[in-house]
Amino acid sequence: MSHPENATEFLKDQAKAKWHDETLWFVRDKRDRISKTIPEWEQLREIASQIKDNVLANLGSYLEDFERNAQKNGIKVHWAANGEEHNQLVLDILQKQNCTAIVKSKSILTEECHLNPFLEKHGVEVVDTDLGERIVQFLNQPPSHIVLPAIHLKKGEISDLFHEKLHTEKGNEDPSYLTNAARIHLREKFLKAKVAITGVNFGIAETGEFVVCTNEGNADMGVHLADVHIACMGIEKILPRRKDLGVFLRLLARSATGQPVTNYNSHFRSPSPGKEMHIILVDNGRTAQLAREKFKNSLKCIRCGACMNTCPIYRRSGGFSYGSTVPGPIGSILSPGLDMKKHSTLPFASTLCGSCSDVCPVKINIHEQLYEWRQEITKTHGEFGKGLSMKLANGIFKSPLAYKISGNLMRSALKALPDSLIYHPLNTWGKNRNLPETPKESFQQWYQKNRS
Amino acid sequence: MSSRENILSAIRGVSIAPKSLPEIPDFRLSGELVETFTQSILGNKGEVLTKVEFDNWLPNAKFSKIISLSSHFQNESTISLPEDPHELEDLGLAILDGQFGVAENGAIWLEDSNLGLRALPFITEHLVIVLNRKNLVETMHQGYNLIGNAESGFGLFIAGPSKTADIEQSLVIGAHGAKSLRVVLV
Repeated sequence: MSHPENATEFLKDQAKAKWHDETLWFVRDKRDRISKTIPEWEQLREIASQIKDNVLANLGSYLEDFERNAQKNGIKVHWAANGEEHNQLVLDILQKQNCTAIVKSKSILTEECHLNPFLEKHGVEVVDTDLGERIVQFLNQPPSHIVLPAIHLKKGEISDLFHEKLHTEKGNEDPSYLTNAARIHLREKFLKAKVAITGVNFGIAETGEFVVCTNEGNADMGVHLADVHIACMGIEKILPRRKDLGVFLRLLARSATGQPVTNYNSHFRSPSPGKEMHIILVDNGRTAQLAREKFKNSLKCIRCGACMNTCPIYRRSGGFSYGSTVPGPIGSILSPGLDMKKHSTLPFASTLCGSCSDVCPVKINIHEQLYEWRQEITKTHGEFGKGLSMKLANGIFKSPLAYKISGNLMRSALKALPDSLIYHPLNTWGKNRNLPETPKESFQQWYQKNRS
Repeated sequence: MSSRENILSAIRGVSIAPKSLPEIPDFRLSGELVETFTQSILGNKGEVLTKVEFDNWLPNAKFSKIISLSSHFQNESTISLPEDPHELEDLGLAILDGQFGVAENGAIWLEDSNLGLRALPFITEHLVIVLNRKNLVETMHQGYNLIGNAESGFGLFIAGPSKTADIEQSLVIGAHGAKSLRVVLV
């Protein structure tokens, strides 16, 4: 299904769509307000962007440094070319431990690799422990937002779901009550799990440590109780120096949710005595993206979700409309690199207003890359429905006479034409758009009357 | 070739113009440190207490299981630190020393040497971190300067209690970890 088709589906429940739009705008507004309290905010964005530029230019040697230092600290380092290899590596570790139940904290990468269905197929119970992720997992859904996984659901739906799965009181929609029910349910899982999986926010080349940020504390509850910690990290998450974290931790939570820092920011350098720590470095299309000159900057992303919260299309179409693991503006420039045909409508799911680039903490030129992807997709997949009208327009704009005649014609015709013609299925411009009132005269006529 | 070699050689196959690593300015903060830090902790839904306030609070809170690893409160433990963190399942209160606090966001740095067991500040129902008011810094940049090249196997910034807003963006305190954070400034 294309983005417009999925968006149409989302917009059927107008009240919920409006709530979604307003709630994400509220988060965007919080981000604005907190960023204004930091006088050096723009400087921090620039520094973060420069650090990431340096990372992309030296990725190979930083990864080798990271590996060497992590191994020195007793961390086992694995490399995976793609999702399948990543999943197999995880399964091998689990089988060596005779482990059939794991807890997992939020990791967009494991979503991208489709780890859960793979492990379940091999008889492993996977429990997502982030509250929002547990909610969508109960529903067999992917997250609809990378920071707010269940933002597409209302508390009534979650109440019904918890009544069914966790036997909470029917009709009790109190978020505190529901969260406490999840706390009790998940604590039992934490206490039983022998292996815990986490994502990684930052990997530090000079120390071989990695950093995981959460507000719930679920990543730490999992890994510190388990015997084995498996961390899954995209190769682009590398930072050169420990002190670079000062820049990125100042930017991440403020950009994501408008809070000054996440409540838990854990730096894993070596396993506790008697325990194991693994890290899997995953490519899965990242080196291919690095080789695309126009799109390589998309790899600077730190997954804060700010571009989603600000995007007028994301807010009004919902995360699922994108049909890709990472939705929204950043997803629309990452996903075509993974499968251009499947994701061909995503770069068009934008007004190119540029708000995504303006809020991006690492200054990715997201809207420019959306425009560039449009060129690539049109070249590869031919023109869409708007091609014919664009050609016609091209002919009219080329000739001043044709422009004048058609202008006069349209001003009168648009008033007289029946809606059935303007909003005809073949006229893609008519879909979901209202025509403005046509002016009585052209600008040229107005100018001659008033200024000449 | 292994995936490691494949990935590294794919990266080397891409030529990207060299980009130098920027120096990070020592960004500072205006305002009084204790006051800014206190406001940050409050914003993160924690509390800041004086030692006297803490001494008044503790007996009234009536915890049956307390572990204190704080050098300032050596006689408060009611149980000793077990070897297996699973035994901390019903721990009521942990009292730990923090190394330093960051005023701009309330983040407090702790390492293995402060934690006893890494699970301790998460599995405990309530958490108290004791911090010397002399050990407050302005921003995260000064924080990482203090951490320097420390080689602790695990270190973390704790800035508040466990929280979530995953149900309709309604803030709920006490998701999986500690249901409260009290910072005692000494």
